[in-house]
Amino acid sequence: MHQFSQLISDLSHSTKTNEKLELLSRYFSTADERDKAWMLALFSGRRPKRAVNSAQLRRWCQEAAGLPEWLFNECYHTVGDLAETIALLLPPPERGEAPRPLHYWIESLMLLEKAPEAEKQAFIRNAWEQLQPGERFVFNKLITGGFRIGVSQGAMVNAIAKAYGMEGAVVSHMISGNWDPQQTTLPQLLHNHHNNPDDSRPYPFFLAHALDGGPATLGEPAEWQAEWKWDGIRGQLIRRNGQVFLWSRGEELITDKFPEIAGLLDYLPDGTVIDGEILAWDEVLARPLPFQNLQTRIGRKNLTKKQLQESPVVLLAYDLMEWNGQDIRLLPLRDRRLQLEALADSVNQPALKISPLITYTDWDELATIRAQSRDNNSEGLMLKNAGSTYQVGRRRGDWWKWKVDPFTVDAVMVYAQKGHGRRSNLYTDYTFAVRNGDQLVPFAKAYSGLTDVEIGQVDAWVKKHAVEKFGPVRTVKPELVFEIAFEGIAASNRHKSGIALRFPRIHRWRHDKPVSEINTLDDLKQLLEQQS
Amino acid sequence: MQPVLTFTETGIYCPAGGFYIDPWKPADRAVITHAHADHARIGSRHYLCTKDSVPLLQLRLGKDISVQGTGWGETVKIGGAEVSFHPAGHMIGSAQVKVTVGGQTWVASGDYKTENDGISGAFEPVRCHTFITESTFGLPIYRWRPQTAIFGDIEAWMRENEASGKQSILVAYSLGKAQRLLYNLAHTGKRFFVHGAIYNAHQVLLSAGWPLPPVELITPETPKSDLKGQLIIAPPSAADSAWMKRFSPYSLGVCSGWMQVRGNARRMNADAGFAISDHADWTGLLQSIRATHAEKVFVTHGFSSTLARYLEENNIPAEAVRTAFGGEEETTETTV
Ligand SMILES: [Zn+2]
Ligand SMILES: [Zn+2]
Repeated sequence: MHQFSQLISDLSHSTKTNEKLELLSRYFSTADERDKAWMLALFSGRRPKRAVNSAQLRRWCQEAAGLPEWLFNECYHTVGDLAETIALLLPPPERGEAPRPLHYWIESLMLLEKAPEAEKQAFIRNAWEQLQPGERFVFNKLITGGFRIGVSQGAMVNAIAKAYGMEGAVVSHMISGNWDPQQTTLPQLLHNHHNNPDDSRPYPFFLAHALDGGPATLGEPAEWQAEWKWDGIRGQLIRRNGQVFLWSRGEELITDKFPEIAGLLDYLPDGTVIDGEILAWDEVLARPLPFQNLQTRIGRKNLTKKQLQESPVVLLAYDLMEWNGQDIRLLPLRDRRLQLEALADSVNQPALKISPLITYTDWDELATIRAQSRDNNSEGLMLKNAGSTYQVGRRRGDWWKWKVDPFTVDAVMVYAQKGHGRRSNLYTDYTFAVRNGDQLVPFAKAYSGLTDVEIGQVDAWVKKHAVEKFGPVRTVKPELVFEIAFEGIAASNRHKSGIALRFPRIHRWRHDKPVSEINTLDDLKQLLEQQS
Repeated sequence: MQPVLTFTETGIYCPAGGFYIDPWKPADRAVITHAHADHARIGSRHYLCTKDSVPLLQLRLGKDISVQGTGWGETVKIGGAEVSFHPAGHMIGSAQVKVTVGGQTWVASGDYKTENDGISGAFEPVRCHTFITESTFGLPIYRWRPQTAIFGDIEAWMRENEASGKQSILVAYSLGKAQRLLYNLAHTGKRFFVHGAIYNAHQVLLSAGWPLPPVELITPETPKSDLKGQLIIAPPSAADSAWMKRFSPYSLGVCSGWMQVRGNARRMNADAGFAISDHADWTGLLQSIRATHAEKVFVTHGFSSTLARYLEENNIPAEAVRTAFGGEEETTETTV
């Protein structure tokens, strides 16, 4: 495991993308073959199920180090990461046994999943005794997950491409789908030539710009096509040579995560590429479910029946890029749209819907319609020039997003914490509370929205008015009132307040508002009801 | 019976002797543990410290201060109190201050380190009734590796930089840490190029006779080719500054106890973090406290309430005290 632990340490110290790429590709050129497959699996969402939980790790570490629980907790607050805290607290290693490779540790942990607690404890304690401090950290991370080394799946793909002299898109394709790191090595995976990599290759997405001043400057309303701006995941669905591929905007293959959409394989003709929005959908109300539903589908390796039932997913198509194997991106949008509608009609499956066009006669009418966006669980409108081609990247002029104003509430700051990077000396991360009777209930954390000058003022204020220290967090006198903006609200039993906000941020500092006039938890609950 | 030392607005005060230890406001008589800025402050009428601290105090506070130096373990009578200085191992000249009044002995540790670094003196546990300890690194996550291991890492890092054509720059506090690095890296035979802040302290220490290797001041005229394969040492204030940018490509190694936690190295944009500190680690604090056999411990700057609670739970009566110490390595803000 030494080489892997060294890699993790080097990656976390390197700040430059090039250096990271170099480190990774060196690893993929030199590491143990079985370790390489695991390395890739760990950083492409294929981490094995967790065999030991955090509470167990904490308890066993306290025992091994002979520390009271409160002291362990203080340490954890200071370090901020469980795996690292434990690695720092354990007594020095005993040495003795021969070092073992990464795959040994991962596969041993997998065997532990169903084992009785005593056996788990014995294994973990023994591993801690043998491993060197740097390796202990990595070992703990294998259990807790979240290496946070700033390596995306894209970077991983590039590193493998470099190490094996292959093209990125080919690697990306070869490593997608279901494979088992215990059954295959990386070279086997990469040279499994039953697929033609070109089949999966997506087109670059065309991206919209924010329309700030309103549509008056766009000219004739009739030349523009309006749709709702959906709050889901942008996706590109490809069917070629009897296979189907679903790509995210981050050029990540996500076909496996959305079996409903993958199931369109049987209905779409070969040589079809569709651009659209992946959404969790309410068939009865014919509108998207709240974003939280879609979230339950992301980041899961195995989907449960319950998730599939509660949050069924559809592709809401808004453009057609390839048809009958021909790239049709240079046709005008209105023609592509006609073709798309004909296609959706003939497919006639619930998982493929068309993003409807909004009919309007002038800009004023469209503004009125836009005001109802939230009733459709949408964020506003998209305006697309009906005569435009499908372009690449973020070119200005033909696609605009015209978002609705965010929700806002007035709230008081109750906790402050220091930021990161350039702002690690300043209190920049705040927690806000609303009133509930004579209590204050924290409901949102926000990091952004103030100017540098304001951040300086708030920082100085926090340093003077901190009343309590809880690890890195300062409790402050509830005096500063801010207007908090957010995009959505949902019920949540993980939060004390019972609600979770989407994209909360500081809208402005309300110097004019006393704490007695901030919003209440009931106000938020009302918003929640209006939403669902 | 009146306590030997009390905690006041101005600092730690000895009523029987009428003096303060490391006062943070101007006092008539100041007894100084060591020359760091948070312990030796300007404005007092008369200073008493170790002989080794005198030139450093003059460098810091001005040539014209009224200062008296005393030898290690030598007893000085001040009013009704007997005062002596004992090695604290924190930096050159650093001392614990022992005060005895009417058979009661208190020791104020100042800052201290238990590992002998070769140049800062060997920490000497002093038996006392009451011990005032620092607690900068008073959490069990802070346990240092021996300095030989860390210097081994630093040397390996320097070789690696040289091989990949990068300039090695170490960031270290200019008084204390920088000299510790120089003394322990002297055998590498490298040329040491330093920032002005370190250069000034160095000249004072050389003329006081300390066995430190020669250093060269970096000026705008210093040719880059001279620096190649050699070592630059700079204070934390120079990290990522325009001054530093001109040495690109470089690798920045930060020498500080805070580097024990990975996130801190990342936040400082360090390419390498070396957890080497001039303060005692958790084990060192506990050992030193036990070695004093004190019946009562006051815990100052750092994780004071945490350490005090732990001592209490282990049957050593302890109390956390707020002081105005802290500043060099004591806070992550200054990130040394
Ligand atoms: Zn000091
Ligand atoms: Zn200090």
